[in-house]
Amino acid sequence: MHKYIFKRLLLLIPVLLGVTFIVFTIMSFTPGDPAQLILGESAPPEKVEELRAEMGLDDPFLVQYFRFVGNALRGDFGRSYRTKREVFAEIFARFPNTLILTIVAIAIAVAIGIPVGIISATKQYSLMDSISMVGALLGVSMPNFWLGLMLILAFSVGLGWLPFAGFEGASSIILPAITLGTGAAAIITRMTRSSMLEVIRQDYIRTARAKGVAEKKVVNKHALKNALIPVITVVGLQFGYLLGGAVLTETVFSWPGVGRLLVEAIKQKDTPTVLASVVFMATTFSFVNLLVDILYAYVDPRIKSQYSK
Amino acid sequence: MSKKELLNIENLAINYITDDGTVKAVNGIDIKLDKGETLGLVGETGAGKTTTALGIMRLVPNPPGKIIEGKIEFEGRDLLEVEEEEMRMIRGNKISMIFQDPMTSLNPVMTVGEQISEVIEIHQDLNRQDAMKKAEEMLELVGISKTRSNNYPHQFSGGMKQRVIIAISLACNPQLLIADEPTTALDVTIQAQVLDLMNDLKEEFHTAMILITHDLGVVSEVCDKVAIMYAGEIIESATLKQLFENPKHPYTLGLFGSIPNLEEESHRLKPIKGLMPDPTNLPTGCKFHPRCPYGTDLCSKQHPKAIEIEEGHRVKCLIYEGLVDAEVKK
Repeated sequence: MHKYIFKRLLLLIPVLLGVTFIVFTIMSFTPGDPAQLILGESAPPEKVEELRAEMGLDDPFLVQYFRFVGNALRGDFGRSYRTKREVFAEIFARFPNTLILTIVAIAIAVAIGIPVGIISATKQYSLMDSISMVGALLGVSMPNFWLGLMLILAFSVGLGWLPFAGFEGASSIILPAITLGTGAAAIITRMTRSSMLEVIRQDYIRTARAKGVAEKKVVNKHALKNALIPVITVVGLQFGYLLGGAVLTETVFSWPGVGRLLVEAIKQKDTPTVLASVVFMATTFSFVNLLVDILYAYVDPRIKSQYSK
Repeated sequence: MSKKELLNIENLAINYITDDGTVKAVNGIDIKLDKGETLGLVGETGAGKTTTALGIMRLVPNPPGKIIEGKIEFEGRDLLEVEEEEMRMIRGNKISMIFQDPMTSLNPVMTVGEQISEVIEIHQDLNRQDAMKKAEEMLELVGISKTRSNNYPHQFSGGMKQRVIIAISLACNPQLLIADEPTTALDVTIQAQVLDLMNDLKEEFHTAMILITHDLGVVSEVCDKVAIMYAGEIIESATLKQLFENPKHPYTLGLFGSIPNLEEESHRLKPIKGLMPDPTNLPTGCKFHPRCPYGTDLCSKQHPKAIEIEEGHRVKCLIYEGLVDAEVKK
């Protein structure tokens, strides 16, 4: 198991190299001159040239890339072109906000998705099943920003129960978390349902019934643990996806998270911020995936025995 | 009802109602079983053997399955009348079942110890530790070291899994054990071991057994009585001796005829001609008549009644009702 985790951590190295290389390439070959952006439109060309030389922007592409990697290895991701602050400090200031939003959103999604999925599966073709499946369809189909706006309209503007934007106290997280979690809840519901439907037809479920196990326990003990394996995968993927994809929600609710930071940095060609954010997100995503894989081992002993090989 | 009688099934009919038509899986069967007795339920795939077994456990998946009529008297009570909660206390306790495929019949995410102790915990007044201790004893009884009770099913071979399932099914000393092709999925050498084990334990616990199989060799080793099923009906039932020495029904004869003979030189197997009828569209009259070498017009119209030709030997064929003139020979 430890060996497996170590191997997975080693795999993180090529992943991060690949991700940074791609992003670095895109940032280098898209139009826009960082020196010009820093000095402003009206700066004299000589000054811009000077700064370019100073920043090493005239060096060959690969030299620039490996300089970035070298610095990054020492923990130095540079300073933001815009704010002149250390990019990592900036990301660290915002990351907890994104993390909290994502965790609450995924918690809502799991709390709704798994029970509804189970009920749907055990009462297949019932009214309850139809309602939850239509609900799930709506959940995946609704665009995030639209749902966010509708929720603001209903609960903030209309009823005045909850704040409509910003970051003030616990209540301000409710609407963005619901907005962000709805899609995931829908996907988790569908996954739980289909996985459960498959498991409930297995021979070992019949064995459990033949032992005289109560139906509730058949579902919640014998079936659920088997059905959860694909659900955990989806929850993990959704978590990573929400972490990086909270941009729209963060924008609608003016939530001070990493997603918004990244989008603004891209718009202004703030390469250090973009690179650092991407490295950060890729790392987090990989860690979430690793966590999911470790979780598998606790749910399914067959996988655990594979890890120890 | 005699004191010895354990199970009395009368006129049991089970259908599967699907969009493509109604599958008449079991059509009015009668089974009688005394305490400690072993009945072999023999028939081809699709004859309704497993459905009968699930019917006795009241585990026919519903929908689409439905018990249409009949009664299943167990220890004097009709199981079709008892409440679900009460039925649950019978399952795994008084009646237990061994399923066909040991590879898929154990829960992959629970240790075998947990799976055995679970049934003990449900039906006997034991706490978790004691139930686990009893489970370990059961494991030893079926020839698996108790140190392996913490192992998961994937760490066992097929034959050992079937032993674990036998341990589960016998953990509560059931009155009746239903074994649904318990050895079909196993290697021939392992089959013999598992059969011996079941036989020994059955004797030890005085358990009655219904052994579902399509292997007449297995029947001859284990059973006291035999019932031959075809298209959801029992077409012949007799004691082991009667059936093996003096089979009557043309289908039973066909079954015996299809067993290759060691002493006789032959280049081809002798199967029964034709295929099992489509259960959504069963033939009229005698259901075997399209495949029967003695089939007549009358056979396609009149449904045969069960005739007792000697004590304990019943056969469903118009020949023995004296309505069709034919001499049946091996």
